[in-house]
Amino acid sequence: MAAEPFAACPLPQSQYDRILLGHGSGGRLTAELIQRLFVPGFGNDILAALEDQATVRLPSPLGGEGSGVRGPRIALTTDSYVVRPLFFPGGDIGKLAVHGTVNDLAVGGAVPRFLAAAFILEEGLALDDLRRIVASMREACDAVGTALVTGDTKVVDRGKGDQVFITTTGVGVVPEGRSLSIRNARLGDCILLSGTIGDHGIAVMSVREGLEFETVLESDTAPLAGLTEAMLAACPGIRCMRDPTRGGLSSALNELAAASRVGVRLNEAAVPVRPEVHAACEMLGLDPLYVANEGKLIAVAPREDADRLLAVMRNHPLGRDATVIGEVVAEHPGLVLLRSLVGGERVVTLLAGEQLPRIC
Amino acid sequence: MCLGIPGRVTDTYREHDVLMGKVDFSGVVKRVCLEHVPQVRPGEYVLVHVGFALSRIDETEARRVFEFLEQMNQLDELKVPPS
Amino acid sequence: MMKYVDEYRDGAAARQLADAVARTVTRPWTVMEVCGGQTHTIVKYGIDRVLPAAVELVHGPGCPVCVTALETIDRAHAIASRPGVVFCSFGDMLRVPGSRGDLLQVKAQGGDVRVVYSPLDAVNLAAANPDRPVVFFAIGFETTAPPNAMAVWLARKRGLRNFSLLVSHVLVPPAMAAILQAPGNRVQGFLGPGHVCTVMGTTEYEPIARQYRVPIVVTGFEPLDLLEGILRTVRQLEAGRTEVENQYGRAVRREGNPRSKGLIEDVFEVCDRKWRGVGLIPKSGFRLREEYRDHDAERLFEVSAIETQESSVCLSGQILRGLKKPHDCPAFGTQCTPQTPLGATMVSSEGACAAYFAHGRHLEAGRTGTHPLPLAEAIGGRS
Repeated sequence: MAAEPFAACPLPQSQYDRILLGHGSGGRLTAELIQRLFVPGFGNDILAALEDQATVRLPSPLGGEGSGVRGPRIALTTDSYVVRPLFFPGGDIGKLAVHGTVNDLAVGGAVPRFLAAAFILEEGLALDDLRRIVASMREACDAVGTALVTGDTKVVDRGKGDQVFITTTGVGVVPEGRSLSIRNARLGDCILLSGTIGDHGIAVMSVREGLEFETVLESDTAPLAGLTEAMLAACPGIRCMRDPTRGGLSSALNELAAASRVGVRLNEAAVPVRPEVHAACEMLGLDPLYVANEGKLIAVAPREDADRLLAVMRNHPLGRDATVIGEVVAEHPGLVLLRSLVGGERVVTLLAGEQLPRIC
Repeated sequence: MCLGIPGRVTDTYREHDVLMGKVDFSGVVKRVCLEHVPQVRPGEYVLVHVGFALSRIDETEARRVFEFLEQMNQLDELKVPPS
Repeated sequence: MMKYVDEYRDGAAARQLADAVARTVTRPWTVMEVCGGQTHTIVKYGIDRVLPAAVELVHGPGCPVCVTALETIDRAHAIASRPGVVFCSFGDMLRVPGSRGDLLQVKAQGGDVRVVYSPLDAVNLAAANPDRPVVFFAIGFETTAPPNAMAVWLARKRGLRNFSLLVSHVLVPPAMAAILQAPGNRVQGFLGPGHVCTVMGTTEYEPIARQYRVPIVVTGFEPLDLLEGILRTVRQLEAGRTEVENQYGRAVRREGNPRSKGLIEDVFEVCDRKWRGVGLIPKSGFRLREEYRDHDAERLFEVSAIETQESSVCLSGQILRGLKKPHDCPAFGTQCTPQTPLGATMVSSEGACAAYFAHGRHLEAGRTGTHPLPLAEAIGGRS
């Protein structure tokens, strides 16, 4: 695997032997890490399905197998939050930690109920910062109707952590009859997007060192449970929902196309982007399709339900800019094809590693 | 090659004896070096590459392709027989 | 709506221009767009697909990242690995592989590698870290030469002795001449480099147009710019004209930017340069002048002894000269991907192969790639 010294073109590496930042980007490297290391490592079907949350049925306390009494279906999910800086326009790591986990439950059709949080704190962190983060998490939990009921704290040496890492685990209840899955998309289905893309990733990037903008660009972090419940009430036939976080809209659509083994056609003109986010992306040479979102979702629904669903979404504060962005087709299964503003077509590929600002 | 983005100069100042400015790109404001376009005035647009203004955008030239298309349109209309 | 950007992405106007091209051509023509940014737009918007088949677009070497010589990359890695050095670079260079890995891996192994948006940011870092050497990786075509020149000029003015540049500038006109001189050249007309010409002007291209009898239309980077540039080139070809035209008049003047040219003249001098995948092109680069030797990273960090050999395995040389397309290469999309690049044109997002890959052309050809995993498997889909 080692490259020859002074070879001009290094031998292709099939695997890196160290973790790179790109492994956390939500794109191809992440997918490989999961598929090659984690899934075989833990060996079970529920994990291998790789939904945003795991929906499991607990045994009923009233009877065992064969008793005809079914236990509750719960959804379980976990996420780690390592964002830098800790406080950014529109939110902070605490808000992200609650919203992100709640959203993974909500897009699976679960009603979020309880959260657990583990904190890894770097020696030297200001207590005031921690207070702010906790207050923010409390506010976020209250707004959604969940409670943070258990947790853990560890402290690491100065220099061994990025001030704060938070891992939140969420538990929710899945009503009977609901069975959303990323494998459920069918030909002719519509794909709806709840609002503008790229807001969060650009907000965080814009306050990082070296890219200082004079303007404040805000993250869109928000809890989506209210929106998802309204959507499912109006349209129980929704096939699946996904929140396009790391890797952006592209990752979510590619995952859909691959898991359901269908083609996805995306209409570039239909995808909403705020003017400032558009400008920031142009300046940095980034494509909004690959930029993270923290308060948006996509929904795949039968075509006949699309209008009704759109109306319900637009009626909700988090869905005002909701729109139909594409459809599920039989051609090119596994691929996402985009029709550009000028009418030409291209494939929207899965991001390889991190999207870096470029000059060329 | 060479990502160059047009933005509107909102004001100018000097820093370390170099002409700098604030440039607005559709609501995103960034500080840009204007030393190579010293004649630019607030309100005008510049082409920016890696935090430097390389040239001023000429509005008349910018319209040219659209005027050309407009002419093409008119010619096409003349060619189509009235129904 | 971003002014001077979004209006040049209008679908109806694009179709009009494409139709005009279709009405103009009477025979096949081969046109090369020089800049990687222009290639990027063509592939991103599918512009080659709205043009008539008679017009063939081939992609040029206008990606300074792709063509940076391997020994320069190795030098950069060597410097970035030195303890205490703050190595600053544009984002583009971080994934470019040298003989042993890329800058991201240098960073993973403990090197202080920082992405900067502007060379001036690196100067500010030098001011903020007076006890540490701060090196800026100054690559690019002529477009980036004024900002890079300004950075080192400013550092000298402010007495920042810890700031240095590792220079690897490349120049377009010698590259164009090399393409036109090569045996088997098929390029009949050029879309000239829009942003390079904002700095240098268009006069350097007049002798090339005359000597090699090719039309050169200096073109911008948005879909309407490219379509108009192609229309104007094809009109010249059909009429047998071989002139330099300026399609990108809103940003480019014939004389360029005199102040920028003056500063470049003060700071840099022309030198021979080796282009990755192509080889040595005489007088095709810039290096720092003698007066700036105290800020020349190549001298300060004695790594000039590094010599490397280019492989003949990958096709990038032929792709850079427009002789082949990315999908002509058997390794495209399989062994050669942006994560595991074999050559120059795949290493950067602006290289033709990378642009094709990023916009999925390897998938359309039926190659799903063994490195990395095919999509369905990667996401956990099951049969």
